[in-house]
Amino acid sequence: MVEVRVVDMRLSEEYEALRKTVAEFAHDVVAPVIGELYERGEFPADVVRQMGRLGLFGLPFPEEYGGMGGDYFALCLALEELARVDSSVAITLEAGVSLGAMPIYRFGTEEQRREWLPRLAAGEVLGAFGLTEPGGGTDAGATRTTAVLDGDTWVINGSKAFITNSGTEFTGFVTVTAVTGQRPDGGKEISSILVPAGTPGFSVAPGYSKVGWRCSDTHELSFTDVRVPAANLVGERGRGYAQFLQILDEGRIAIAALSTGLAQGCVDESVRYANTREAFGRPIGRNQAVAFMVADMEVRASTSRLAYYDAASRMLRGEPFKRQAAVAKLVASEAAMDNARAATQVHGGYGFTNDYAVGRFYRDAKILEIGEGTSEVQRMLIARELGL
Amino acid sequence: MNIVVCVKQVPDSWAEKKLNPSDSTLDRDSVDAVMNELDEYAVEEALVLQEAHGGEVTILTMGPEKAGETIRKALSMGADKGVHVVDAGLHGSDAVATSAVLAKALGTLEWDLVIFGIESTDARMSVVPAMVAERLGSPQLSFATKVDVADSTVTIQRQTEYGFDTVEAKTPAVVSVVEKINEPRYPSFKGIMAAKKKPVTTLTLADLGLGADEVGLAGSWSAVDEFAARPPRQAGSVVKDEGDGGVKIAEYLAGQKFI
Ligand SMILES: Cc1cc2nc3c(=O)[nH]c(=O)nc-3n(C[C@H](O)[C@H](O)[C@H](O)COP(=O)(O)OP(=O)(O)OC[C@H]3O[C@@H](n4cnc5c(N)ncnc54)[C@H](O)[C@@H]3O)c2cc1C
Repeated sequence: MVEVRVVDMRLSEEYEALRKTVAEFAHDVVAPVIGELYERGEFPADVVRQMGRLGLFGLPFPEEYGGMGGDYFALCLALEELARVDSSVAITLEAGVSLGAMPIYRFGTEEQRREWLPRLAAGEVLGAFGLTEPGGGTDAGATRTTAVLDGDTWVINGSKAFITNSGTEFTGFVTVTAVTGQRPDGGKEISSILVPAGTPGFSVAPGYSKVGWRCSDTHELSFTDVRVPAANLVGERGRGYAQFLQILDEGRIAIAALSTGLAQGCVDESVRYANTREAFGRPIGRNQAVAFMVADMEVRASTSRLAYYDAASRMLRGEPFKRQAAVAKLVASEAAMDNARAATQVHGGYGFTNDYAVGRFYRDAKILEIGEGTSEVQRMLIARELGL
Repeated sequence: MNIVVCVKQVPDSWAEKKLNPSDSTLDRDSVDAVMNELDEYAVEEALVLQEAHGGEVTILTMGPEKAGETIRKALSMGADKGVHVVDAGLHGSDAVATSAVLAKALGTLEWDLVIFGIESTDARMSVVPAMVAERLGSPQLSFATKVDVADSTVTIQRQTEYGFDTVEAKTPAVVSVVEKINEPRYPSFKGIMAAKKKPVTTLTLADLGLGADEVGLAGSWSAVDEFAARPPRQAGSVVKDEGDGGVKIAEYLAGQKFI
């Protein structure tokens, strides 16, 4: 008999229970407070503390490091459900886990893991990842920040731009990429080095005034003769570039999940609104023009979900997933942007106020096409994977 | 100290609920089912007491197959094991019949405390804990805002219209708790995974030695004769203040017997 394998996109009982729990948490804990925090551009410290207690920051890590013993897909499900309600909270988790903790887990020494992971997994400490520089993000190989070994101490000089979670009361360290020498082929040797918060010479500029993600913490950082032990090297010397490419590949699946959540949140809010708001004596959703806009939103949200489920399942099976991750990130971030625009349209003038979630979604969507690789970068990756 | 928490699966409190036209019972298939929110406080209180005093926390539920989900949720919050009374003959049981089943099931378990939420959000009678205590011949400490256990004495605080009561009893005892008592935890993913491996026993009416006439629609003391949809909400009346607004409001309130 021929064995037929069909694709099964249903969630297992445990994933489904996790999804429901996070949905409940987002509804009960995040939704009631986020509007006001967003207006004030305030970091949601109390929500983050509760996310920590719920174990969200430990989702993909083994129990021996204080994690929940889950996997990267569990993290993605949590991100989707959080972003369905709010993206600032979701990106705080995404950056904390996939950019902050993951490099330590994947590339750190056993000592670094023992020192940081239990607190990172508990959400007591946030780690940040500093790759982008004021002079450029996409061209990450052009890094100008330098680290020079002086005996058993790295001396770091340079600056980083747009670093998420780098200035919160929870921030424990930033892993920065820096030029540590020259490769035999003449290119830059790039390595990752962990810089604890509060190290002399490491300064955090005031937060950016951002269009969206207003409750997420983002700063420019500068390093002036910052000295950290040689043992703070994360992973192998000279492997910094390859390491962050791997981290970004995974991170794209997480951003795709987050984008799917925003796209789905637009559907949720628009269905509710189109059913209750009346014009010309009937709910606006009874007009085909409105109903079709919402139907198209649903198409984009569910397509995005399938794309990230596919990329995540390949990754968990240990198969190559670079192309699928780029596809998922591209499809989902564009879906988020399109859905936010349409959802705001469905809400009319109220959609342009901060009293409705869709106004926030509209402001939060654009960055998804920029962060962790712009849409142009995703297209470049996909084309390259196709041999072009 | 061993604790049994009685929990119930109910239709999502926020969902629009329907009754079955055929037997006037709740149509449980048409809406999402969740753990009765008020029972989450009971589970949390049991887990807090267990953290302080040790012992086991057992979750007891009576309900259809699907109600097993509610046991799983309590197990993922941290409870140790579950007991599920499931039998087609239970359909339509009222509070009296339910209390008979729960009392029998509790008779098969070892416990020092039984904890209930104060009511279920679908039936809202608040009588099952008292009925169960009566059937078991156990002291009942109801509407607790705080529970303390020392040796074999359980002490609760209760807030009433007249002030604060402190009530105590010897264990074994039955306690019901109100929302104010604690903040229920969310299950963690570790808890969700661990719950899969925790034991759940199922019991039928025959296992409990109950006859079909003692439970279900047949064994219930109350029955729904007829029901009608809630009338649509009336538009409120708007009082225009022409210098006499206060008087008009007072007249309205007096007319409704509020003042
Ligand atoms: C809120 C926020 C949070 C962030 N968090 C972090 C963080 O935690 N850590 C971190 O390291 N970075 C972070 N970033 C930085 C982010 O990853 C970069 O902004 C992004 O990678 C783009 O880099 P850039 O801003 O320098 O734009 P540029 O690289 O200057 O790109 C400008 C435009 O040119 C296009 N472009 C560039 N090169 C090419 C090319 N070869 N072909 C075609 N088009 C091209 C780009 O697609 C883009 O449209 C964050 C950014 C923001 C806004």
